Amino acid sequence: MTPMLIAAVLLVLMGLGYTQGFSRSRALLAADGARLHSRPQYHGALVALWVLVPAILVLALWVMFGPGVSRAFIVSQLPADIVALEGSQLNIAIARIQAIASGFGVAGEVAPWETAAGETYAQFHFLTLLLVVGAAAGLGILALLYARKRITPALRARNAVERAIGWLLLACSAVAVLTTFGIVASLLTEAIRFFTFVNPLDFFFGTVWNPRFSSTGSDAQGQYGLLPLLWGTIMVAGIAMLVAVPVGLMTAIYLSQYASPRMRNTIKPVIEVLAGIPTIVYGFFALVTMGPALAALGQAIGVEIRATSALTAGLVMGIMIIPFISSLSDDILRQVPQAMRDGSLGLGATQNETIRRVLLPAALPGIVGATLLAISRAIGETMIVVMAAGNSPILRANPAEPISTVTVTIVNQLTGDSDFAGPQSLVAFALGLTLFAMTLVLNVVALMIVRRFREQYE
Amino acid sequence: MTTDTFSAGAPFAMSASPTAVPAEPVKETVRTIDPAANPARLRTDDVSVFYGDKQALFDVSIDIPEKSVSAFIGPSGCGKSTFLRCINRMNDTIEGCRVSGDITLDGENLYDPRLDVVELRARIGMVFQKPNPFPKSIFENVAYGPRIHGLAGNKADLEEIVESSLKKAGLFEEVKDRLHQPGTGLSGGQQQRLCIARAIAVGPEVILMDEPCSALDPIATAVIEELIDELRENYTIIIVTHSMQQAARVSQKTAFFHLGKLIEEGPTEEIFTNPREKRTQDYITGRIG
Repeated sequence: MTPMLIAAVLLVLMGLGYTQGFSRSRALLAADGARLHSRPQYHGALVALWVLVPAILVLALWVMFGPGVSRAFIVSQLPADIVALEGSQLNIAIARIQAIASGFGVAGEVAPWETAAGETYAQFHFLTLLLVVGAAAGLGILALLYARKRITPALRARNAVERAIGWLLLACSAVAVLTTFGIVASLLTEAIRFFTFVNPLDFFFGTVWNPRFSSTGSDAQGQYGLLPLLWGTIMVAGIAMLVAVPVGLMTAIYLSQYASPRMRNTIKPVIEVLAGIPTIVYGFFALVTMGPALAALGQAIGVEIRATSALTAGLVMGIMIIPFISSLSDDILRQVPQAMRDGSLGLGATQNETIRRVLLPAALPGIVGATLLAISRAIGETMIVVMAAGNSPILRANPAEPISTVTVTIVNQLTGDSDFAGPQSLVAFALGLTLFAMTLVLNVVALMIVRRFREQYE
Repeated sequence: MTTDTFSAGAPFAMSASPTAVPAEPVKETVRTIDPAANPARLRTDDVSVFYGDKQALFDVSIDIPEKSVSAFIGPSGCGKSTFLRCINRMNDTIEGCRVSGDITLDGENLYDPRLDVVELRARIGMVFQKPNPFPKSIFENVAYGPRIHGLAGNKADLEEIVESSLKKAGLFEEVKDRLHQPGTGLSGGQQQRLCIARAIAVGPEVILMDEPCSALDPIATAVIEELIDELRENYTIIIVTHSMQQAARVSQKTAFFHLGKLIEEGPTEEIFTNPREKRTQDYITGRIG
């Protein structure tokens, strides 16, 4: 409600600012007949931007200090014995007051002093809100008047607006970058907390995964060996790549070099549909169709293949990844200049020789990039393995046996009744950090490979 | 007039000559018999090319003398490059392109469906308008052809082929110390000579050059022209060029194309000093094109 109100006020003010700037500059033009440096639209936009500046400052201050002020106010309303409690009990008391004030109600008996404090806080909250909105609007109007006064024929409104747009675009790109840093920071802090419970060496080099949940009543934390999970992830991703890379690459070669345009226009969208299927549906497919089929096949040839195993999950994941590789590689192969193909064909090379010796080497960096992208996807894939890999975190070499992966374990450790105080759930952050580091290393390696093997062509 | 029609290797019969009859009656091109010229092993008869329904080349008949340079000149879009690409069937790679008529090398029809196009292109090499070295080392660029055709028995043979090809292309001295650096790092003129060496390495009889100097500066052009003159000793060369001076400098025989038709052909000196056709004269004096 509050953000909507503020946004509405600001929008109205900005609209007002735009029309004011527009008409004022037009009036200048009519009065003096002077030549304006910028067209009226730019003057209008500049005034509107000016309205925004103080409002954003006020809101930023509120976001930074608002909670602290509220808390201080509530604490001032609390009886001294509660304030003396400190720590989590004080926090609970404050949360209760806020809940009462907002009208959501709270569990348990409500003491009279709580009701009183809640009411005063509700009034205080309303007042501060009014103050903030009023300050934003008032300062906005002041800014509007100031900006309107600045308008002269020589004012370089166009350049100023251009600069403002540049900053806006920079801010948008900063969102992605800052988010990445934020994610890393949160993973890192929680992972460090985990490592206060478990020795990093035991985590990274342990071969047994057996975290005991505290609810079992045992004080022991259990064992957090990463290797079984890491091996499971690598095995599933490896099987997936064994399926996806050859099939995807050959599909790309067919589509880009052999298929007639009509064939291509039919096949490519159909393959891309594969990429649009939700992974949970692939999970069903693995569980219900692929797993039993593989088990039956194993029986027929006398090998024991479990229905839920690394093999099942890997094969289905491979199918899922085919369109990544085929689509990207197809585009890359088609970008190799026609002159390269002509040169090779003109020397009497067959189409096949041309593809193997000229096109693929020229397209290699792109294909490696596509493959590594697909591997990252395979490593991070969760749903198929949750459903079809058997969830058995034991170090095994046989792909026909159930395994578990890092992603599956993160799901297991975070779902259900978990607080973030013990290693049982904190381990999820350490696992997430490991995954993140793996994909990061993969990307760096990909870049290095691409640089090393890039064969320049015009 | 017999017309054999082929499209991309698959023959289909056509009863008469292609539909597009020119508005004015075509003057039968007179075949010059120059007693001084070498005998011709490469001959073309009534070659027409269609892109879909559009006819790009009309009944071209010309004999290419052995071990000499023949130049095809004419304004842009006159069909000279299209005709050149018919000779080693590079037009096969263009969808919707259809060639009719006869092109024979030693009496063997190049569009015979039984003929292996791979073998044909080894006999008739090609150098393109823009230098197009592969993104490989200089050595690998030249070794490419001999490798795919299995011309070298061992590594020493291959090295010899590469060296002699680079020498014939006049590039060896400049690159002998950096044979294993990328061919794309050479200058434009060197790249084009590399492409010529690459074509020579396969041991062709005919080398087709499609405006080989149009992307080069005058100095590099002069080097290539000199090279072409040397190569004529061992190879039959056909060069497409829009530069009349270049045709006059390097060729012994010149054919003038205009609007998809072969207007006139003959010894280069004759074409440039005493053309029979008015259109030829207009072109070489700069009035058209």
